[in-house]
Amino acid sequence: MEETVKLKKAKKTRVIPGFKLTMGITVTMLSLIVLIPLASVMVYSLKLPPSEFIKLITKQNVVYAFTTSIVCSFIAAVINVIFGVILAWTLVKYDFPGKRILDGFIELPFALPTAVAGITLSKMYSDTGILGKPLAAIGIKVSYTHLGIIVALIFIGIPFVVRNVQPVLEKLDGQYEEAAYILGASPSKTFFKVILPELRPAILTGFGLAFARGIGEYGSVIYISGNSAKEHTQVVSYVIMQKLSYIDYASATAIALVMLVISFLLLFAINVIQMKQAKRTNNI
Amino acid sequence: MADDKNRMGKVMNEQEKFEKRKKITKYVLITISVLFVFFMLVMPLFCIVSSSLKQGLGFYFKSVSSKYVVSALKVTLFATVIAVVINTFFGLCAAWVTTKFSFKGKQVLATLIDIPFSISPVIVGLAFLMTFGRLGWFYPVIRWFNSVFGANVRIAFAIPGVVLATIFVTFPFVSREIIPVLNAQGKDEEEAAALMGAGGFKIFFKITFPQIKWALIYGIILCTSRALGEFGAVNALSKTRGETFTLPLEIDALYMSGTENSITAAFAASSILVIIAVVVLVLRNILEYRAKKKGQEQAAS
Amino acid sequence: MYVEMKNIYKQYGDFRASDNVSFGIEKGKLVALLGPSGSGKTTLLRMIAGLETPNAGDIFIDGKRVNDIPASKRGIGFVFQSYALFRYMTVYDNVAFGLELQKVPKAEIKERVMKLLEITGLSGMEKRYPNQLSGGQRQRVAFARALAPNPQVLLLDEPFAAIDAKVRSELRLWLRSMVTQLGITSIFVTHDQDEAVEVADEIIITNHGKIEQMGTPSQIYKSPDTPFVAQFIGRPSEVHNYDTLNGFDKIEGADKAVIRPEFVKISKFGKLDRYMSAAETGIVEDVVFRGNRLDVTIDVHGIKITGEWSLEKDSLEIGEKVNLLIYRIYVMDDTKAYLCENKEMQEDDVFYI
Repeated sequence: MEETVKLKKAKKTRVIPGFKLTMGITVTMLSLIVLIPLASVMVYSLKLPPSEFIKLITKQNVVYAFTTSIVCSFIAAVINVIFGVILAWTLVKYDFPGKRILDGFIELPFALPTAVAGITLSKMYSDTGILGKPLAAIGIKVSYTHLGIIVALIFIGIPFVVRNVQPVLEKLDGQYEEAAYILGASPSKTFFKVILPELRPAILTGFGLAFARGIGEYGSVIYISGNSAKEHTQVVSYVIMQKLSYIDYASATAIALVMLVISFLLLFAINVIQMKQAKRTNNI
Repeated sequence: MADDKNRMGKVMNEQEKFEKRKKITKYVLITISVLFVFFMLVMPLFCIVSSSLKQGLGFYFKSVSSKYVVSALKVTLFATVIAVVINTFFGLCAAWVTTKFSFKGKQVLATLIDIPFSISPVIVGLAFLMTFGRLGWFYPVIRWFNSVFGANVRIAFAIPGVVLATIFVTFPFVSREIIPVLNAQGKDEEEAAALMGAGGFKIFFKITFPQIKWALIYGIILCTSRALGEFGAVNALSKTRGETFTLPLEIDALYMSGTENSITAAFAASSILVIIAVVVLVLRNILEYRAKKKGQEQAAS
Repeated sequence: MYVEMKNIYKQYGDFRASDNVSFGIEKGKLVALLGPSGSGKTTLLRMIAGLETPNAGDIFIDGKRVNDIPASKRGIGFVFQSYALFRYMTVYDNVAFGLELQKVPKAEIKERVMKLLEITGLSGMEKRYPNQLSGGQRQRVAFARALAPNPQVLLLDEPFAAIDAKVRSELRLWLRSMVTQLGITSIFVTHDQDEAVEVADEIIITNHGKIEQMGTPSQIYKSPDTPFVAQFIGRPSEVHNYDTLNGFDKIEGADKAVIRPEFVKISKFGKLDRYMSAAETGIVEDVVFRGNRLDVTIDVHGIKITGEWSLEKDSLEIGEKVNLLIYRIYVMDDTKAYLCENKEMQEDDVFYI
């Protein structure tokens, strides 16, 4: 019978040269520089007995640090989504003088070294700083509080949301809104029922990236946060660094492992969202 | 007739109201955007400049030319140049392999390449410590090497560690800029050239390179700016001021000294990096504008 | 046979793109691989080129087995569907690329490129870049580039797909005359039967990874072998109870038939001069204007048949009663298609294809 013809695995045809060479280089470098060092952390922390591991990561100041990092990053990411969508909308839909400069500034947090951002924000919002002084006068303290951490994370996270939403908005056809308008939808209804669902994957990606960055952020946060164990203003990266300087490698790697897991989960979620988005746009 | 007119008037009125509301929304949104960018992004920039010049130009120049700052700048530039060269080479290979071929596990590879984006820099520092430091599994290898060859190679708490950490954090920058461009252009041209018998390097330099030139330059710029400013990862691996400190570490040290003078000096040192950041932003805008214009031209033709 | 495929299998995951395919192509012929999308035609072309490797089976070019010869050494010219012109090279450099790789002396390259540009009607455009050309011009550059290294076989993947309808018909004729003039063995892939019929010497019809039929356009047109070909070629209407039509008997095991518009003669009711006994009566159900004619759908006791109506004649109205003479139909069982003539109107044949 023809149906039962046994097929050998076909040799993969690669007409374009260089597969083995570039694959070899890519995998080797990736392993040497990224994977092996990360694996070292994992191996070391998994060598700890489970009870010890649990004890290390459930120490009160560690739990507080995780809570602070996650809650502050989450709040900052939510705020970034709101302002990020407004900014992207303004930059795409309206024309006004200075638009290109505004657009250029969005990227500043990517270009500015985190330590520089950190000392600057800390100074600006301290009791004597340009913004900290008037705020202190009305009783709002920013530097060395949770609010300060959130401000720093907003600064660091805003480009993620804007740069993810902007291209999607640009591609969204004006006809789409016009169609909704002709059907009698009010502008706010059009936005929430028609445009927002289209933007959702981009917003989620931006949110995820800003959130992930926030949880791991170090340079821009540690100056403004005050790092007080009593006031729970220590972030996770600060605690790891602190353990490192006490040469407490066991604690440092245990905390790092938990953070790595959180990062990988977020990265995975972002990839799933992006793949779904790619599938949807490809089907149109 | 009168009724008709009335209705028309009403429609007009509604139309006007709609337009008016649209206009109000527009100005409200623009105002919010401008205020946000001003307070969150523009003001910090001014703040750095004003803080660094607080004690006059003389003090500024003295600060940026101090022994420690100059040494830190050298270390930073050294690490940056190496990181950029290595990551450019890696980025080209990774982009070639993920866009020109189909193979199992491609998605996994692409995700692995992006890992450094989502990892806290502090963990990067820790990872190298756990690999090359006293407790690391590679430490015996280094000791063995040093004893056999009488050398004194050190990685953790030395320049090589700083360089490695810098490479790690900027690892995907170049590949990430090139991959979307290559994906958008497809592989037909390379296939056509290969069919005619062109070799890998010929195909790359004659056909692929002109397509990715600007994306590559942009990737290199981003890689450079991030490498210059890396702080967290290097912080864990570098302990000696004046020897292995990079500029951000020097800024940290100055700021943490806490005196009025040293804080001003910290901002003065920061201004070097800020100038680079601003140059990067301007270049980015120029390149993006070019790419957009080119895209429009191609769409029009 | 100049190009030959023998028992070719190609599998992509669960999808079998080629299922025991065998065919041969004579030297100098212009052959079309015709089939719906997903029928495996492009895969066949890419296997001949060496862009894909079959799981089983042999490929021969000029009597030599080429399975293990890399694509670049097979002596193939390939025109991509997207043309794949090198966008950062001028027209001249595009065409010269293959010759430079063969280390042909500069002067010779120049001579050959100029000649190719001349015969493809591109003289004077050598300094332009691909994005400064029209669709038709790009296709010609792709053609000239594929021909430059003097290939033994020219392969074209959907060569007209990216071109405006108007320029397309011009280019078809141009390609046909060019290939005939050069005498190069050529295979092109298309999903458009008009294109295949108009351009090709021979047509290979593919479906679900198999070859349904191979033959000259008129063979394919006049005597479809399989139900698929009968339904794919022409503009057929499918009919079920064909044995209830006047002049046709049921064939055992075959319960479907197709009727092409040109097999049907429509007359105003009572105006049929001959073969009244062979005719059917029906009601006009739909009339569609087709530019040079009308397509008329007629309901004959429940069977819908489409025929053509000349614009010269008095127009037909929907609901009007008409006479209908069906000359022939293709009756199909599961694997074969049979031609059936109307038995009431033998000897005196009035219809020629």
